[in-house]
Amino acid sequence: MSAAISSFFADLASPRSGFRRGLARLVREPLGALGLSLVVLVIFGALFADILTQYDPTRIAPRERFASPGAAHLLGTDQLGRDLFSRILHGSRIALYVALVTTAISLAIGIVLGLLAGYGPRWLDNLLILLFDAVKSFPTVMLALALVTLFGPSLTAVMVVVVLVNVPGYARIIRTQTIALKSSEFVAAAQSMGASAARTLRAHILPNVVGPLMILASMDIPVVIAIEAGMSFLGLGVRPPTPSWGSILNDGFANIRETPWIAVAGGAPIIIVTLGFTFLGETLRDILDPRLKGRS
Amino acid sequence: MLVYAVKRLGLAAVIVSVAMALLFAMIYLIPGDPASVALGPRASDAMKEALRARMGLDQPVWTQFWNFYVNAWSGDLGEEVLSGRPVLAVVLEQLPFTLALVAGGISWSVALGIPLGCWAAVQRGGFADRIVGVFSVAVIAVPSFVVAIYALLIFAVTLRWLPAIGAGEPGNLGDQLVHLILPSLAVGIGWVGYIARMVRASMLEVLEASHIRTAHAFGLPERMIIYRYALPIAILPTITLLGVGIGQMLSSAVFAEIVFARPGIGKLVYDAILTRNFPVVTGAVLVTTILFVLLNLLADLIVGALDPRVRSNL
Repeated sequence: MSAAISSFFADLASPRSGFRRGLARLVREPLGALGLSLVVLVIFGALFADILTQYDPTRIAPRERFASPGAAHLLGTDQLGRDLFSRILHGSRIALYVALVTTAISLAIGIVLGLLAGYGPRWLDNLLILLFDAVKSFPTVMLALALVTLFGPSLTAVMVVVVLVNVPGYARIIRTQTIALKSSEFVAAAQSMGASAARTLRAHILPNVVGPLMILASMDIPVVIAIEAGMSFLGLGVRPPTPSWGSILNDGFANIRETPWIAVAGGAPIIIVTLGFTFLGETLRDILDPRLKGRS
Repeated sequence: MLVYAVKRLGLAAVIVSVAMALLFAMIYLIPGDPASVALGPRASDAMKEALRARMGLDQPVWTQFWNFYVNAWSGDLGEEVLSGRPVLAVVLEQLPFTLALVAGGISWSVALGIPLGCWAAVQRGGFADRIVGVFSVAVIAVPSFVVAIYALLIFAVTLRWLPAIGAGEPGNLGDQLVHLILPSLAVGIGWVGYIARMVRASMLEVLEASHIRTAHAFGLPERMIIYRYALPIAILPTITLLGVGIGQMLSSAVFAEIVFARPGIGKLVYDAILTRNFPVVTGAVLVTTILFVLLNLLADLIVGALDPRVRSNL
């Protein structure tokens, strides 16, 4: 399983043939092709936001407030006359930024803790597992609300919550794999040749455990984006006037009876991005590891 | 079974204790002083000192920790900052609304998820299977607050089929149920997907079993085999899944309560954050966490009672 995955990622790294083959397999699946195009669409919007729209996402124009979607404003304007299309494009930057940064941090912490739990002494393993279970026992949004109250609303607080929520899952999967590999022959061979614990972990165990983790992490990206958007929707995430899909949705909610297009415009990108990443992740998982198919 | 139940209960108690310790550590470690947070920027130093003394914040950390622990286990979660009412009473007052919402969410997810899962399993590899597969993934992916807003927009604002706000007239059960339809849909729809997938997967496994083959050999009708002989076995993993699901539904309930302006724990916490009513926030978080752990425990005990193999795995 992990051999197939690492070869896939090696293929991704080596130019041409391998990458093309992987991509071809992905695109052949209708769901994978759809997911990939949605994700590419969002990334494209984030990268070229400044070119795709002439409006500044934070420019307030009271005279153009609540303009309906049309030629001047593709998706209309909000209660302050800000162009919604521009806000959505710039909002995708926040969403992707939060997703990438928090996933990277959670992966780093999760890998270290997982290796410690799997390879370290038994008491440490038990202690870490207990901690993971305890963190997991808080309902996510409740934990987020508690932390945001203490920290004060900010993007950083939201990101801390996401890391806290993600780490136990990653650490657990690394731990299980490490325990399985710890007694394998090639690890014993490395140890008998005098490899230190650090070297064994880094050179022999880690490369074999990251594959499944990458799949899990890619499937968590939509969850992370949803948490950021959710907290911003509650007004507890991104601070105004920075555009976030969640805060646009909240503006729409506040005016849902009079100007429903704001809510529609705020919700649509969240649906697009979560569906895109989920379809992509599911297809990747089925290609890379058919044995995981059907399990969630 | 008794041994299993006791062990599982012990584990739950340990997890709750550690979760409480984490909650305390978070409150204590995070920069900023709860008293000044509660009183706002214009409070005088004397006022802050008085509140700190009332909240026990002037004592050494271990004493605070011990008090927090002992009080919480004896049901004392502190007092509301403004009214001085006990937090536990405030939280318990709102709890039934949230539980009704979660129960509604479970009803949606079970009522739709189980038939969809069975249908997909029977049509394995066919068109229906693919449709159910894509639908399940899609509803799992889309966040509940977006579903809530869109449902509000479509069914309450545009079509005016269902009420948009509130929990319904107290005492009028029918009215309360009608008010529950949309919010509980938002809470439960993601779990339609999880349950459909889970039922499909375990159904496929069960359909291979020899007693099902025997049933086929006896010429029993397909529908009877599926619902009477396969489903009761295939449903077991779903019960455990629902235990986990309730935690997520408690999270989604926060959004549903705010979008549909319903009373409940989520609305309580949200309002408490806006008014900086700090003890209410931690109290409500603690109560929902304990509730979540207990419901997980209940799910595991039910499965343990139904399936002896699970008991030996603890």
